Amino acid sequence: MTDRPATSPGWLHRITDSDIWWSFKSSSLTVVAAVGTLLIVVIAFLSPVLAPHTPFDPATLSLSDGLKPPVLLSPDGDWAFPLGTDDQGRDILSSIMYGTRLSLVVGFASVVVAMTIGIALGLISGYFGGAIDALIMRIADVQLTFPAILVALLIDGIVRSVISVQRHDEIAVFVIVGAIGLSFWVQYARTVRGSVMVEKNKEYVQAARVIGLSPLLIMVRHVLPNVTGPVLVIATINLGLAIITEATLSFLGVGLPSTEPSLGTLIRLGNDVLQSGDWWITVFPGITLAALVLAVNLLGDWLRDALNPKLR
Amino acid sequence: MPDRGADFVRIEGLKRHFDVSAPWLVRKLEGRPRQVVQAVDGIDIEIAKGETFSLVGESGCGKSTVARLVVGLYPPTAGRIEFDGNDMAGRHSRSDMAALRRRMQMIFQDPFASLNPRWRVFDIIAEPIRAFGLAKDKADLEARVGGLLRQVRLNPADGRKYPHEFSGGQRQRISIARALASEPEFLVCDEPTSALDVSVQAQILNLMVDLQRRLQLTYLFISHNLAVVYHISTRVGVMYLGRLVEVAPTETLFRRPKHPYTRMLLDTIPDLDMTGRQRSPVGGEVPSPINPPSGCSFHPRCPFANDRCKAERPKALPIEGGTVACHAIEEGRLPIEERSYAVSA
Amino acid sequence: MAAQTNTPPLLEVRNLRVEFPTRRGTLLAVDDVSFEIAPGEVLGVVGESGAGKSLTGNAIIGLLEPPGRIAGGEIRLEGRRIDNLPYEEMRKIRGARIGAIFQDPLTSLNPLYSVGRQLVETIQTHMPLSAGKARDRAIDLLKEVGIPGAEMRIDHYPHQFSGGMRQRVVIALALCAGPRLIVADEPTTALDVSIQAQIIALLKRLCREHGTAVMLVTHDMGVIAETADRVAVMYAGRVAEIGPVREVVKHAKHPYTKGLMGSIPSLGVRSEKLTQIDGAMPRLTEIPTGCAFNPRCTFKGQRCLVERPNLMPAGATQAACWLHDAGGVGAPLPKEAVHA
Repeated sequence: MTDRPATSPGWLHRITDSDIWWSFKSSSLTVVAAVGTLLIVVIAFLSPVLAPHTPFDPATLSLSDGLKPPVLLSPDGDWAFPLGTDDQGRDILSSIMYGTRLSLVVGFASVVVAMTIGIALGLISGYFGGAIDALIMRIADVQLTFPAILVALLIDGIVRSVISVQRHDEIAVFVIVGAIGLSFWVQYARTVRGSVMVEKNKEYVQAARVIGLSPLLIMVRHVLPNVTGPVLVIATINLGLAIITEATLSFLGVGLPSTEPSLGTLIRLGNDVLQSGDWWITVFPGITLAALVLAVNLLGDWLRDALNPKLR
Repeated sequence: MPDRGADFVRIEGLKRHFDVSAPWLVRKLEGRPRQVVQAVDGIDIEIAKGETFSLVGESGCGKSTVARLVVGLYPPTAGRIEFDGNDMAGRHSRSDMAALRRRMQMIFQDPFASLNPRWRVFDIIAEPIRAFGLAKDKADLEARVGGLLRQVRLNPADGRKYPHEFSGGQRQRISIARALASEPEFLVCDEPTSALDVSVQAQILNLMVDLQRRLQLTYLFISHNLAVVYHISTRVGVMYLGRLVEVAPTETLFRRPKHPYTRMLLDTIPDLDMTGRQRSPVGGEVPSPINPPSGCSFHPRCPFANDRCKAERPKALPIEGGTVACHAIEEGRLPIEERSYAVSA
Repeated sequence: MAAQTNTPPLLEVRNLRVEFPTRRGTLLAVDDVSFEIAPGEVLGVVGESGAGKSLTGNAIIGLLEPPGRIAGGEIRLEGRRIDNLPYEEMRKIRGARIGAIFQDPLTSLNPLYSVGRQLVETIQTHMPLSAGKARDRAIDLLKEVGIPGAEMRIDHYPHQFSGGMRQRVVIALALCAGPRLIVADEPTTALDVSIQAQIIALLKRLCREHGTAVMLVTHDMGVIAETADRVAVMYAGRVAEIGPVREVVKHAKHPYTKGLMGSIPSLGVRSEKLTQIDGAMPRLTEIPTGCAFNPRCTFKGQRCLVERPNLMPAGATQAACWLHDAGGVGAPLPKEAVHA
């Protein structure tokens, strides 16, 4: 027993040998979702290279290109604009690529904000308990009684009333990231708190306390790595939600400005001219948004099941 | 009482109460009183250097709470814990406190919960060394961890693996290696073998005895298994509902048990030598520590209890090198019995 | 088999194999296990965790947890094959002919119903009794398992009972329909020592009075020594030794059983060092060829590394060890190999 040679397979082998990789491989829907997500992300972030036009550079726009329909669905289509153009002559395909990038950035960033706030408050709440715990959890309860979109609207409204419109457009991305982040932290905090309360009574945490480590060190070094599983699941599912929330806010006109449109902004812009039969301006961004969120949610669902065998 | 030299660990009047009441609002709305569990209700223990002092008792008797109080995982409600002449609750500078902590470590019951599943074995064992700044440099750290792994009969190369790659017995060895990493003199062992299979239990007990001799360790050993306690202890304390009912040198406790509860516990040891001795089932169960019985807390289950036992809490009186807290023994109502055990072939 | 007269066995297990398909291949958790239980007999099945003892018990009561499945062999109760019965029929046999007791009494009791309701339901499922008669029987059963104030306690819920009392209720539940066999899986493990003794005494008394046979699955040799008539020692999915309890405990023939007995601290002599078997039981994924115990065995020879021993007569017991075969363990191994 004692002379068993130590095996230390490489990290690649460790991943391909793990249960989670096996569970991933055996779910074809998940593989499709992952490939789809990856494709969308890669294309979106390479849009400056891949996109046929730079739709938000006014210098390249020409009004004579305005409202061209998609090339395959109309005899007067133009191959320079495969998915058609909007009333300003902007290429829809390029707009979608840039817009998806922005949506993804806002989605990721707001998830990171929500996660940071949620994990920090959850750790504090769960580890120390008592009055601090009660306070944080009551705040969370109150926040949960408002829909996330309402919280985001509220925060955006406050910011708008404080600063000028000009200034607001400049920092719109940060405002919306903050607004969405602040409206989604509760779920992380609750999950982390629950996990911390389980983990902190485990003997490995007590062993660290016997050594005399400070609570902060114990939380960061011992407890945190063991509560990442559920956090990752929520983060993935929340990514889809955050993207939708941003799209909704932008659609309502309180999100990103039309000079810097995300998918939601594109859908709103298209919606304005939908009555005149120019459906492509709103339908293609809509399909992209739906596909992206669906793929991300499928990944999140799989991750939740894979990390929690009890649910299967 | 024979002179056993200066006490290395001295516990006096130790108490720990847990508030298990419902939340304040619920209590007020439903008019419920506060509820307090007296997990440890005033115990005195002295442990000499190099000996193994065992605490035995059924679940809920407070033995594990004593272990956690001694290493400082809980603050005591009352009483004092003295370690090598230092009052653990006294005012110590940060570095003095760290120096005291370094000298006492703990081994836990569950080898599956006591190791952080995300850490490599090397880092688990290195943690106390790093925390107390014992290693001069990286090479020294690696040499120390390797030496510790060898000391518990594991391979230094095992340090690269994760806990889940080991069996229960091997994990308990890793746990022991971590406890030894800070070069302690006193180890508190909370049921270190009760989660293990018997053949592995024997390995761990042998290892602990061996380490004690080589490193001059002092053990506080917590267990519910009387045969294990008999094998490993110098002296034994029997706990019932948060109190020590009897303390005695091991041979004395097993050959001449005095307290009725000790006798009852000895009756429950399975007869493996096939002498035909029947376990005599004792009626009743351990009462709730929220409302412990008055007087001697064992009186509802005790065949020798009288009115005094119901009213007056017995004091621990010295007898045959130990102490016993029993009115029946004190009054001479209960003769001390001799027990012998078959010598197995 | 051993010691018993020519009465036909109540339970007969022949070459039972239980396997678990996993993504790394199929694991054989119970490998070619055979034994019999006579009417009224207590057979102890002992082994360390992972030896396959609980799976054997679960296979008999038809409650193997998927994906585990019976892959071979047969189980006969009173001569009738029960391992291939459809679930519904097996459910009727479980309860009526076979009772089950598990380690944690809480898993066997529904927390939402009073114990009386659970007892009455079980009784009425298996016996044609009116509600009133069934309730009378339930009270009698509770009295029989030693629950004071049975008439009142029958309407209490499981959480109102202490651990020991709950296990008594579970025993009453297992006895409802007067089964011929009780499969008890670690019935005392979750209980305190003083309560353990009470439950063991109760089980023994009930067997004696009702002539019920018991298959007692446990890791605790002490419980076996006091309760069982015969004992089967399991190791890595196989029976290593089987025989009358006294013989196995005092004069074990298999090196594993010997080591196991030696590693239990004894009150008789206080030795400096306990006998220890080095190493640990192999995981199911890495069972060695030949005798599964060979890496930990100090008596092994060449033959043990390649050829798997079956149970063979060894004194008053049967042991799966080449030491007891006329051919022996084969050529001695080189010194290094022994100490590896």
